[in-house]
Amino acid sequence: MSNDKVITAKNLTKKFGDFTAVDHISFDIHKGEIFGFLGANGAGKTTAMRMLCGLSLPTSGEATVAGYDVYEENEKIKKSIGYMSQKFSLYEDLTVKENMQFYGGIYHMTDKFIKEKTLTILQQLHLEKEANVLVRSLPLGWKQKLAFSVAIFHEPGIVFLDEPTGGVDPVTRREFWNMIYEAADRGTTVFVTTHYMDEAEYCNRVSIMVDGKIEALDSPTQLKKTYEARSMDEVFLKLARKATRIEM
Amino acid sequence: MDAVGVNSIIKTYGKKKEITALSDISFTVPQGELFGIIGPDGAGKTSLFRILTTLLLADSGKATVEGFDVVKDYKAIRKRIGYMPGRFSLYQDLSVEENLNFFATIFNTSIEENYDLIKDIYMQIESFKNRKAGKLSGGMKQKLALSCALIHRPSVLFLDEPTTGVDAVSRKEFWEMLKGLKTQGITILVSTPYMDEASLCDRVALIQNGKILSINTPQGIVNSFSKPLWAVKSSRMLTLLNELLQKDFVENAYPFGEYHHVVMKDRSGEELLQQVVQDHKGENAIAEKVLPDIEDCFIALMKN
Repeated sequence: MSNDKVITAKNLTKKFGDFTAVDHISFDIHKGEIFGFLGANGAGKTTAMRMLCGLSLPTSGEATVAGYDVYEENEKIKKSIGYMSQKFSLYEDLTVKENMQFYGGIYHMTDKFIKEKTLTILQQLHLEKEANVLVRSLPLGWKQKLAFSVAIFHEPGIVFLDEPTGGVDPVTRREFWNMIYEAADRGTTVFVTTHYMDEAEYCNRVSIMVDGKIEALDSPTQLKKTYEARSMDEVFLKLARKATRIEM
Repeated sequence: MDAVGVNSIIKTYGKKKEITALSDISFTVPQGELFGIIGPDGAGKTSLFRILTTLLLADSGKATVEGFDVVKDYKAIRKRIGYMPGRFSLYQDLSVEENLNFFATIFNTSIEENYDLIKDIYMQIESFKNRKAGKLSGGMKQKLALSCALIHRPSVLFLDEPTTGVDAVSRKEFWEMLKGLKTQGITILVSTPYMDEASLCDRVALIQNGKILSINTPQGIVNSFSKPLWAVKSSRMLTLLNELLQKDFVENAYPFGEYHHVVMKDRSGEELLQQVVQDHKGENAIAEKVLPDIEDCFIALMKN
């Protein structure tokens, strides 16, 4: 793994009134790394992710994403990253092709680039026949794979995935992770949250947030050693059960 | 008498019936059972629940709840069941207590009358009883919704994906609550996309694309997995997986946590797999025989 740090956070903190949602978190994420960002509901994952995506200003601390400062250069951050969530990813009432054209357009890609890239993705996903079909009528598994392709359509160096595989069948879930591996292999950094603990094992490193703080950060193998656990599920339960604050 | 009986239910959507949500589903659930319906989004779980809770008509087939027909006797069924839909559907602008009171009142009962049934669950949110339901956290909303579904002491409880999007700790807590309800004799039908929750049910139906792939006890489903299953890993996981998928003796191979699971066509593959491991000794390759879990079974059933 190269030493290029593409995401850095140092004592990154976000307060809402007296409530500290994210409490002095620090980490470095390297180019091409698959970084799992775990935590119970209410641990502060979403708030942390929003700061890194340039959508929310930190209260204190430092962070850079793709070399840009989260306070001063958040617009540049937005252009350098891809984002996909389970809840919102594609426009259901646009066709497969239109969705790609739309995202390509938003990121100011050239017509030529959009045309070629659209073709490549349709081939990769074996969706050539469905190019002009409304996204609404695609099965969920296909949608999620297409959403991931659209999130990295503009070839960002970093992609944030917020529970990308929720509710997806076990075969498609694995096909999805295959796409993540391939993207990471090409040098894309992947920042991913999930509730599936077996997926935590697929990450190079995993951080676990409890009550706004990062309680643990290491490779899955090392975490299991440290916490004397057989699986990441056990590691997670041991840590998350320490939580004292009530979810807001 | 069975608590739930489903006989050849078919449900389609669309003008030309082009979308099949349920294609000829049949099963029964005896009283007092904790029955899981396990499958991904779009498998037909919600359509099935809506038919059984008398909110949706099937195209054909017959279904009963506590002996009552879901079409003819819908009023009798509605009095006897509790239903927690997948989407939070309490009144966001009423307080916790007001919601509970509302549901108790429309079923002609009171919170006091059935408090013992919901006590263990409701106690956990009672200190927030004046908070508006819309202002609750996900975990608290779930507990309130369950309390409201139980307040009229139903004999059959339908829970549509109660643990979706809920973290591993809260999921464990929720299943503990269900175990508690089961001891009260309530029949529970619960749907979930999480395969690992199957082991917590008395029996499960695995469902995909509107069809039931298998119905059995969790152990029964695992026992029916007849092929040899091995877990392998090395320092180069992606290369290893691609190599395994090329092998003739391999029926299927897929990532499984920190390992890849390898399903063999038959036992003769076991020796051949040892050879692959030998070839990759330099990459710390190891292989061990493992027992399948529900997810392995689901993947195998999907392939057929």
